[in-house]
Amino acid sequence: MMRRQFAAIGAGMLWACSAWAQPAGGPAHAPRQHWSFAGPLGSFDLSAVQRGYAVFAGSCASCHSLSQLHFSDFSGMGLSASEVVALAATWQVPDGLDAEGRLKHRTARPDDALPSPYSGPEAALAANQGVVPPDLSRILKVYPGGPDRLYGLLSGYAPQAERQKGRGFFNPYAIGHFTAMPPPLHGNEVKYADGTVPDVQAEARDVTTFLAWVSAPHQDQRRRLGVGAGLYLCFLAVLFALLNRRIWSDVRK
Amino acid sequence: MAAKPVCHNAQEAAPTRRGQLGARVAAYGGLPLPADLNWLWTVGAILCAILALMLLSGLTLTLAYTPDAGLAFGSVEGIERRLPAGWLLRAMHMTGASFFMLALYVHLLRGLYYRSYQPPRRAVWMSGCTLLVMVMVTAFAGYVLPWGQMSYWGADVAGKAVGALPLVGGWLEGLFLGGDAPGTPTLHRMFALHFGLAFLIVGMVVGHIACVHARGSSSPSASAVPERGMLPFHPYFTVRDMLAIVLVALAFVAVMCLWPELITEPANYRPANPLHTPADIEPEWYFLPFYGMMQAVPFKLGGLLLSGGAVAVLFAVPWLDPAHGAGRRTPALLRFGAVVVLAGSAVATACAGLHHMQGGWLLVARLGMVGYYAYFLVFLPLSGRCGQGAQV
Repeated sequence: MMRRQFAAIGAGMLWACSAWAQPAGGPAHAPRQHWSFAGPLGSFDLSAVQRGYAVFAGSCASCHSLSQLHFSDFSGMGLSASEVVALAATWQVPDGLDAEGRLKHRTARPDDALPSPYSGPEAALAANQGVVPPDLSRILKVYPGGPDRLYGLLSGYAPQAERQKGRGFFNPYAIGHFTAMPPPLHGNEVKYADGTVPDVQAEARDVTTFLAWVSAPHQDQRRRLGVGAGLYLCFLAVLFALLNRRIWSDVRK
Repeated sequence: MAAKPVCHNAQEAAPTRRGQLGARVAAYGGLPLPADLNWLWTVGAILCAILALMLLSGLTLTLAYTPDAGLAFGSVEGIERRLPAGWLLRAMHMTGASFFMLALYVHLLRGLYYRSYQPPRRAVWMSGCTLLVMVMVTAFAGYVLPWGQMSYWGADVAGKAVGALPLVGGWLEGLFLGGDAPGTPTLHRMFALHFGLAFLIVGMVVGHIACVHARGSSSPSASAVPERGMLPFHPYFTVRDMLAIVLVALAFVAVMCLWPELITEPANYRPANPLHTPADIEPEWYFLPFYGMMQAVPFKLGGLLLSGGAVAVLFAVPWLDPAHGAGRRTPALLRFGAVVVLAGSAVATACAGLHHMQGGWLLVARLGMVGYYAYFLVFLPLSGRCGQGAQV
């Protein structure tokens, strides 16, 4: 018990030092992490993507939308057609108005877009103290700092973070060191089917991988195509170079 | 011995037409070209190949794209995420645009360095410059279509720039935007422009090539009778063109598949938001030199005229450097240095265009602009005169 407390205090001090060491204003430089999809030849760890989906559905989806995604797109993270149907069936989507003018809902089908957690931008503003949570469809394409900073942001809150009036929550990786987002992950939000321990770091890592996949769902195919087409073109270039030499052989003196 | 047919009916006409086409292909294939052409003369073939790719991928993308301010971003996302091989089509079209402009600039610099604009090839040069303008307009219109943040604010900046023109400015801005701010009318206009100009460009390219065939190709030695004789286009130059196309395709695939971040603009993956101006509005890299020039002048109209003039001055090149055959009299090293200064100035202005125009960058942009214009307005006339002097 004592040891645990010491570890917690130590971790807190370490975190505080790393936060204070940064210049005020700009977001802290996030430490580099190892990502399966990084580099020109990386490929997504699809089991991490699937675990990340569970974190997203459990923690992020209550505030953030993935407006450009349809449920059928989830087949790209390694799900079969029947699994996609089952996944879609866990969501409710708006289904027009009933006879009294009230909003109806039904279970989602694979060709539905993911529903927004809010009925409109005004509702999003009202529910979040005047700040609209950004859509996450392309978040890792547009987020400065990339996956390292997103991971840092998700796992970089103080252990007992509290909202400061008018500023939000302290986080060294946010612009101005404050973010309106309450700490989204506390550990044990989800139960991983494959036995991975769902602590904050693991959850942040998986949801970052998931969001990276959502931002570039065809990246693996694209890279595979690049390698294949590149090898083919190298071979073709050698053939044409030989042909070129041969055809021009009677011209050069 | 079969008797000669007495009557020419419709069945006869088809083979004759095919015969004509065959004769034309044979004439183009057998076109004599100077044997000393170097690898820079393959860029034309590379441009044709990329144009064909752009046309095919563009026509396919059209099938799934919706030019409406509320739907355009979502339709492009749908193409990338759900259209079968849509991500590949869009990646080819985006990478193709950058490669086309790059190849076009190399083609242009080659023409400048080897003086390909001199008689009897003025028509080739003029049609080429017209093509450059058409391609630039098409590229800009195409960049507006995805309706991301940069699309929207790029259209906004371009509309305001056009509006700064005296007399016709306001009218032109209205014609371009179709309203006070970019919106659905702008998208309709840009889509029609992008789509229509693509086919006009193909027609113009046919004319450009026909011109080359009529007047004969330029050559590095720039003399009427090349020292190393002539060779037929096929197979000598077709095989070299094919090799060049394959090598460019290799670079194309590398950029498209492995390093796409070199040519994609992250901000354009945010949907257009008229209420939120991005911190830095910047065009695609191929417009940066002109964008830099536009910003380096303190008043709007001056910047617009100078950046437009940077393209317009290309049309005047055959008259700025009128000396026949003078190219050979100016030392090759000097000509090469001048072209390097020209390209360097354009790159410097482009780098300045990426930054806020203050202090050092403003100076860089202005120096780059001076270097750019000095090539056309000082170096070309002077080198032509010196050449004439040497001839006399």
